[in-house]
This record gives sequence, C-alpha cells and structure tokens, in this order.
Amino acid sequence: MQEKLVLNFKELAERYEKEVEKFARGHRLCAGCGAPIALRHMFMAAYPYDVVVSNATGCVEVSSTLYPYTSWRVPYIHSAFENAAATISGVEAMYKSLKRQGKINKEIKFIAVGGDGGTYDIGFQALSGAMERRHNILYICYNNEAYMNTGIQRSSATPFGASTTTAPAGKKLPGKLQPRKDLTAIIAEHKPDYVAQASISNPRDFMKKVRKALEKTGPSFINVLAPCPRGWQHPSGETVEIAQIAVDTCIWPLYEVDEGYHWKINYIPKEKKPITDWLKRQGRFKHLFSPKYEGLIEEIQKYVDREWEILLKKTEVFA
Amino acid sequence: MQKFDAFTGNLAIATAMKQINPDVCAAYPITPSTEIMMLFADFVANGEVDTELVTVESEHSAMSACIGASLAGGRVMTATSSAGLAYMWELLSVASGLRCSMVMTLVNRALSAPLNIHCDHSDAMGTKDTGWIQLFSENAQEAYDNVIQAVRITEHKDVRLPVMVCVDGFIISHSYEKMQYMEDKDVKDFIGEFKPYRSLLNVEKPETFGAMVLPNYYMEFKRQVREGMEKARKVILEVGKEFGDRFGRYYGYFEDFMLDDAEIVFVVMNSAAGTVKHVVNMLRKKGIKVGLLKPRVFRPFPSKEMADALRNAKVVCVLDRAETFGGEGGSLYLETKSALQTAKNNVTVINRIYGLGQRDFLPTHVDDIYKEMQEFLNTGNIKLFDYVNLRD
Repeated sequence: MQEKLVLNFKELAERYEKEVEKFARGHRLCAGCGAPIALRHMFMAAYPYDVVVSNATGCVEVSSTLYPYTSWRVPYIHSAFENAAATISGVEAMYKSLKRQGKINKEIKFIAVGGDGGTYDIGFQALSGAMERRHNILYICYNNEAYMNTGIQRSSATPFGASTTTAPAGKKLPGKLQPRKDLTAIIAEHKPDYVAQASISNPRDFMKKVRKALEKTGPSFINVLAPCPRGWQHPSGETVEIAQIAVDTCIWPLYEVDEGYHWKINYIPKEKKPITDWLKRQGRFKHLFSPKYEGLIEEIQKYVDREWEILLKKTEVFA
Repeated sequence: MQKFDAFTGNLAIATAMKQINPDVCAAYPITPSTEIMMLFADFVANGEVDTELVTVESEHSAMSACIGASLAGGRVMTATSSAGLAYMWELLSVASGLRCSMVMTLVNRALSAPLNIHCDHSDAMGTKDTGWIQLFSENAQEAYDNVIQAVRITEHKDVRLPVMVCVDGFIISHSYEKMQYMEDKDVKDFIGEFKPYRSLLNVEKPETFGAMVLPNYYMEFKRQVREGMEKARKVILEVGKEFGDRFGRYYGYFEDFMLDDAEIVFVVMNSAAGTVKHVVNMLRKKGIKVGLLKPRVFRPFPSKEMADALRNAKVVCVLDRAETFGGEGGSLYLETKSALQTAKNNVTVINRIYGLGQRDFLPTHVDDIYKEMQEFLNTGNIKLFDYVNLRD
C-alpha cells in the first residue's frame, strides 16, 4: 500500500492543499523551532502509512497537547519523560499480539518521538532496551542539544563549550566542559535495522530516512538536528541555515547505518567549512571568541576533524 | 468442576494468569515475584498462551509498556515486588490517570535500606494513594481468586482503574499449600471477552492520550479517578458474589472471623490473619469473645462497612506490616480509626507494627497483644502504639 515517497515540494504543497497535515498547525512551539519542521517532514515521509506516536515529555509534548486541544491527527500517547520507547514497545507488543490472534489485520507503524534530554539522558535505558528487544518501531530524536523545555539546561547532547543555564559560561568556566555523547553511534552498535543522523536543513534526506526506517521490520533510530533559537541564541529566521552550517562544518554529518553494519555518509560537503562559521552564529558560543578562552575553538575544530575522519574510515571499512 | 492440588502462591498466580491468557505481559525480575514470570514464560515458550511477553530492562519500562499495551486495547498483566514497585511509582498514577485496565500482582516485600528481600507491606502502602484498587490475599487460594476477579473489576466500564493484587512474599509466594482451582474454560467464561473502551490502534478515530492539562482542568481529571474508585465498591461486591455463586468461594470487602459478638478485635491483612485466626480459635475455646476482621480491599477503603462490623468491639488492635515513620500509626490503623470516628464510635483502637522485613509473627505474639487488650478492659490502660517482637 506504500506509494512512492514524494520528495518534490511542489507536489507536496499540492497534496496538503487538499489534505490535512497529521501534525496540525496551531501548536504552541516557538517561532523558528526546529522540532515541528522535523515532525511535519516525518509525516510527509510516513504518508500514507497509518502510524501511532508515543511522545516523551518535552517541548513538543507540552506545546502540542494542551488540553482540550491537540495537534496530533494520529493516535498519540504521552505517558512520561523517560519512557517513550518503553511505552511504544507496549503498544507495538499489543499490536503484534492482537495481529497474531487475528483480532486486527491493519498495517500500522509505530513511532516514538523524544527530545535529546528524553533520549540521550533520562530515556537512554528505555531506548536501549527497546532497540535490543527489536520491536518494530522507529524512534526519532529531535535534537536541540539541551533541555530546552525546562529552560536550556545542559544535556549529554550539548556540545563542548556551549553555554547553558546549568553549565553557563562565566569568569572561570567556558560553558560545558565535556564533549557530547555520540548517541547515534551508540544506538548503531545495538545493530538495529536502521540508524541515521539527519538535519531539518536537509528535508529530502530526512524524509528518505524516515521512509527507509518505516519499511524495516525491526527497530530503527533517527537523530535529527533541530536547532532551538532560544537556547542556541540565534534569530528565529535562521534555524534552517544554522542547521545547514552544522552539516557543512561536519559537526553534524548526515549518515546512516543500514542493517547494523553498512555505514554510509549521505552528504559530503564540497568544501568542509571551518567550525567558526557555525559557532559565531550562535550566542551560546559567544564567549569562545573572547581572549580569555583562546584556544578552545581550535580544540573544537580538532574534535570535529577527528570525528569526521573516524566516520569516513567507518564508511570505508563497513561499506 | 474444580480440582485440588498443591500450589505455591507464585504458582497459583501464574496459573491464574495462564487461564486468563492476557494479550500482553511486560515484567522485570525481582525477588520474590520473579518466579511468577518464570513460570509464565514457560507457558509462552510452550504455546499455552497467546500472550506477547515483553521482557523489559526495568520495572519502569514494565509499567510504561503495560500502559501503552493497555491503551492499545487488550488485556495486560504484570507482577513485581518492593523496589520494583517503587521504581514504577511515577507510572502508577499515569496508569490510573489514563484509566488503564490492567492487573498487577504485588508480591509484598520490604523496602530498602537496609536491603531485605522478605515480606512486609511497605511497598503496597507506599502506593496506596496512586489511584490503584488494592486487593489483599491471605493465602494462595485468595491470591488465585483475587487475580481472576481483578480482571473483571479493572475492565468494568464504570471502573477502568488498574488493580493491584497483594500477596505476602515468601510466606505465601514460596510456600506450598492446598488450593482449589477451576478449569480453564470456566475462568475464560467468568472473565469474558475483553472489550476495549478506546484504543491507540483505532487509526480511523485518532485520539490523544496523556495530554498536558493545566490548573483549569486538572482537578476534574483527578475527581474522575475518585469516581471510578467509588463505583468500584459496588463492582467489587458484585464480582465477588458472582464468583462465589459460580465457584463456591464468596468475597466481599473483608472477612469477619468470629466477629459478631467479639469485644476484643484484631484487624490485620494478608497472611498474618492466619496466625491471628489460630489464636482466636484457641481463645474462643476458653469462651473469650475475641474476633478478627481481615480487610481484603484496602483501596477503595470500606470505611462504612468496617465501622459497622466493629460496632460491638470494646477494644480494637490494628496490626500494620508497614511503618509511616512519624505518623500516628500504620496506614491500616489510620484508616480504621478514621472510619470509626466518622461512625461516632469512640472505641479504643491500638496499633501494633509487626513483621517488618518478615520478622517472625507467631501465635505467642498475638497472645501477648490479647493479654494487653484484656488488661485494658480491666484497667483502662494500654499503649496505643508499639512494635511487636522487637529487640530492646
């Protein structure tokens, strides 16, 4: 029943003139938020599958389900912060059970959505468990690199040197002192059916990945970069551009790991931009340009270069 | 047709689960409830049930998966103990708040620290206000019967609240006793087909579960949980009566044992009731008017009925197997006293904390308390609160 994935924006625009979007407008997410961009593209790629969504507590959840309103035109469950993966495991298990017993015969896909806090940190165990148990689910992390909903606290997805409200840049400390956790690679090592890193700046790439993940019969995970103008401190009109610079500087490479072993970079910039291009556009890194913290930008550049080299090698070895 | 056989508490519960044949079970091992899922996993492995068994990585995920599965429109069961229930705590009010039908066996065990794997009721009492119906079981038979009745209670359209069936760890879970059990088809017939109220799998009519609710609506949601709990009172009695009519074992809010003319009354839940019954029998042989009230339903608490049953008592001892640390006494004591106060019954009620971490609670301890109560009737003096069988 899956029809061909439509990637042509003109065609998509025509479709949504006639049909309603599954993630309805009128939600209360901030202007310039990256998350709803990811969600809308997710649904464009999932079209015309029937999907059920489980959502972790976070910006998307509080802004899209304010009773008595909802933005979700698909069955949706929010239960708690750390358990989106476990909750969708239960939904999928019931589906499997009822299907086996002949009590249901529809084709339904199951998607969990969580922010980086609910995925990298507090929801990490539930996510790891769901991947290991090989439920037929897709987990999408909309990654804005901090706890934005509670007011921009550092998470394990926050990059080195970023200023947040719990790791602020001050007279002695330059913001977060630790590099971020490489969650995409960690989940890839669970060997699910499909893992990918994506960005809202590259919607066609993201949509292809969502579709590919939904076509699998086992677990899949997509980590999509979704900038937060409030937390990253950039004008709300620059969200997509800043996500694009993250991709072009290779601090957020677009890649996938298919069937557990096949590593592939989906986009290699013609010219890898210096990391300063990305850092200088965001207020959270402003302090790094003061003489006091000289040398840190080079450290970040070295980190990005090393990670990129490792990724290139992985794609050579595990093609 | 019913048969007799030797069952441990855990085997009795696993057998009930097999006969119920839930659509999904999600569970995580923890002593002393682990064995229930071990036994049940055998049923799954041998194709004796249709259940999708989700062996999650924690109790937190067990309850999360149960919530998701329940709202996806099917029968859901799980089991846990102690720290496992504590780890689920966050999700317990989610399960009741989202009006999930599900049955969880709680094999009662003490909470850490110090670490103790043995029986007390601190796990159950720690969750008494989370919107779960709580049934207590004296022995394997009652655990088996309660689990089967719980399915009917939790799925009743007026209730739709999760049910916790409590049974004492080790004392019951791991001891063999004689038990009567029904045939599979009779259990199947008693519980009936599951009829989902709403379902996440109803993609034609999508609904949002677990919305964000601000102060303008939140209280009404919580009042609805109370209403479900109030309506459960009637349903629990109806189901208990129907169960009795079919299978010969009747269940109500509590068991009254030699209570009618009793002046000295013990109130105690679960396995310790057996010990108290033994002592009551001994004292009755001497012509002493002693009785026992054994609550089966702690949530919703049967205040009116209990106060009525205790109307002739001259002194009441409530035995609690869990502490409130700084409260006037244990939770069962507080509820009982409150019920009596509402009924304007000013009878003296004393509280004894016993059996924490499965400290022995023997007939001689019951006898000692009886003597104190007898002394009270003569002198009017008695300690209101004390521990039982405690080192100095």
